[in-house]
Amino acid sequence: MDRRSFLKTAGAAGSAALAAGSVQAQETSQDQMISHDEFVGCLTDTTRCIGCRACEVACAEAHGLPVPDVANDGALENLRNTSTEQWTVVNRFETDKGTVYVKKQCMHCWQPACASACLTNAMYKTHEGPVIWREDKCMGCRYCMVACPFEIPKFEYDSTNPKIQKCIQCWDRLQEGEVPACVAACPVDALMFGKKNQLMEIARVRIYRHPERYVHHIYGQYEVGGTNWLYLSAVPFDQLGFRTDLGTTPYPEYTKGFLYSVPVVFLLAPTFMVALEHLSHRPGDSGEEGHR
Amino acid sequence: MTTRAELVRDVGEFLGFLRSEMRPKGKLLTPFNIISLPIILAGAVLVVIRFARGLGAVTNLSQETPWGFWIGFDVVTGVAFAGGAYVITFMVYIMKAEKYHPIVRATVLNGLLAYMFYAGALLLDLGRPWNIINPIIGNSFGYNSILFLVAWHFMLYMIAEFIEFSPVVAEWAGLRRLRKVLAGLTLGTVIFGVTLSTLHQSGLGALFLLAKSKIHPLWYTEFLPILFLVSSIFAGLSMIIFEGTISHRVFADQIDPERHGSFDEIVLGLGKGAAVAMFLYFFFKVLIFVHGKEWSYIGDPWFWWYMVEVIGFVLVPCLLFTRGVMTRSVAMVKIAAVATLVGIILNRLNVSIIAFNWNSANPYYPSLAEIVITLMVIFTEIWVFRWIVNRMPVLRESPFWANGQRESDRKVA
Repeated sequence: MDRRSFLKTAGAAGSAALAAGSVQAQETSQDQMISHDEFVGCLTDTTRCIGCRACEVACAEAHGLPVPDVANDGALENLRNTSTEQWTVVNRFETDKGTVYVKKQCMHCWQPACASACLTNAMYKTHEGPVIWREDKCMGCRYCMVACPFEIPKFEYDSTNPKIQKCIQCWDRLQEGEVPACVAACPVDALMFGKKNQLMEIARVRIYRHPERYVHHIYGQYEVGGTNWLYLSAVPFDQLGFRTDLGTTPYPEYTKGFLYSVPVVFLLAPTFMVALEHLSHRPGDSGEEGHR
Repeated sequence: MTTRAELVRDVGEFLGFLRSEMRPKGKLLTPFNIISLPIILAGAVLVVIRFARGLGAVTNLSQETPWGFWIGFDVVTGVAFAGGAYVITFMVYIMKAEKYHPIVRATVLNGLLAYMFYAGALLLDLGRPWNIINPIIGNSFGYNSILFLVAWHFMLYMIAEFIEFSPVVAEWAGLRRLRKVLAGLTLGTVIFGVTLSTLHQSGLGALFLLAKSKIHPLWYTEFLPILFLVSSIFAGLSMIIFEGTISHRVFADQIDPERHGSFDEIVLGLGKGAAVAMFLYFFFKVLIFVHGKEWSYIGDPWFWWYMVEVIGFVLVPCLLFTRGVMTRSVAMVKIAAVATLVGIILNRLNVSIIAFNWNSANPYYPSLAEIVITLMVIFTEIWVFRWIVNRMPVLRESPFWANGQRESDRKVA
């Protein structure tokens, strides 16, 4: 190889290494767990919920969404999902232990799939814990929706300036020292706001004191690596529409191996190719682009 | 040195040349034009509606199915089909397999246009396309995101392919000195481009690693990136065979008879490569099936659908390729190539759409508008391809002076 072609390939390898620097996998949340305070979360005790849907009303009022007519809309008759206009919904389930009401909203994962999917950091795990969406960053690719195992982010398909709509755990209210609107509105203390480690203690104490009232499982303790929103229940969670097959691995782990392989490939592939090119050189070849 | 007056004259001449080249060559009322033009116009109208009234106005996308036909077919399948460019440039410039040199230009042009149009179709699918600069200019780098990697690689790879193709543009425009400089960049660009390709072809598979809870277990595996990479090799090779066969018929007047004959040899060679890659892929699929202990799905309707893909459109075309190469039957290799392309479409649509939310109560079907816009993208690409091939030395011989440049380089080296 002469000097010119060496410089050429060295240049290619160098620029490849530069590009590799921009795709390093990043471990964010784990360090935060150690160096910062615990994330905040909510504990939902489904044995206490009376299905009054005051949380739905409070949520809609706090975020400028259409306020549901709780008294007359008969919404509990159907199984509902959250939507672009409803960040939280309450569903009714008939179980072996009677009627159970379950509030549904974003789980605010410890390591959120949506945030690891987002290529602009629009879906963002705040240092306090809530997962928020930032309008000025989002390009509307909807990969967060593909990634979210709870199918929470909702997209405004009928808008020319579409937004992703989801519960942000009232991050704006938290900044002002208030608790989330739904928690403040709950008349029966089915919802409790606090740091996750404290909420875990409270949940365990309730199970310990009333072992006959609860299943011995706190949903959100281990699911997808742990969520900031926790649930207590009298019946197994699969009877309440929860997915119990999601595993305990944080979702970003599934792509970590691939992301780590990127810098390795960027380093090794050009090196191999330079070597191969050198070995396959035949006398008379110029190595340049040409057309026979 | 050129003086200013000479420069002005050169620029003037060049603009005149451009103007003359913009005029259509050949007949306007061909069957292809009569079919494609109305679809392109209809697609353009639908694109206007899409931007005036939102994605919901033209697509069947839903909260459950955020990625539909435009991602699953245009981007995920289209990029696999464009894989031929990195395979062939690797073979010719790194491995020095001179046999394939005659198809380099057409293949690179196809790859470049495929990326421009199919990845460009992504812009239609973005809800907030004006923010597309965010991951590029650096005010929001989502390093953790596979999509961040894929987006950057698309962009860099388009530049790489443009540089690889640029000597052809220089030959067309008669820019001798520039051609020499650009041709000198080829090897470095090829190395860069092949590296990018291995990563973003596999990256497209890696995108779906996060959809673990949504894709049917027969299709979801942690090896999705490797499966996507290996299948992009035979997808690309089959596409070259398919596209080359059509090109050799349509643009027959541009190819001298000697090279017409060599194309059959090239097809057989590509068929051999595809057969090997497909066998590896099939073997890997079987390993994943066995190791994943997926016996329990046997008998399930999804299992039979899986078999249609893996046996019908991987193993069967693999055997057809093998038999075609052994009996030197170019026709059989071409049939195998078409079957392989169908198999790639099946596989990519299965992962991204059909087996995605497989247990959903409201399965997604693309709307007519989604299909028309996709056809618009494909037809426009073919129009541009034809425009370039009719003007630049893609299938045709290079101008005499360009061959001279190569000879003189050879003496220096």
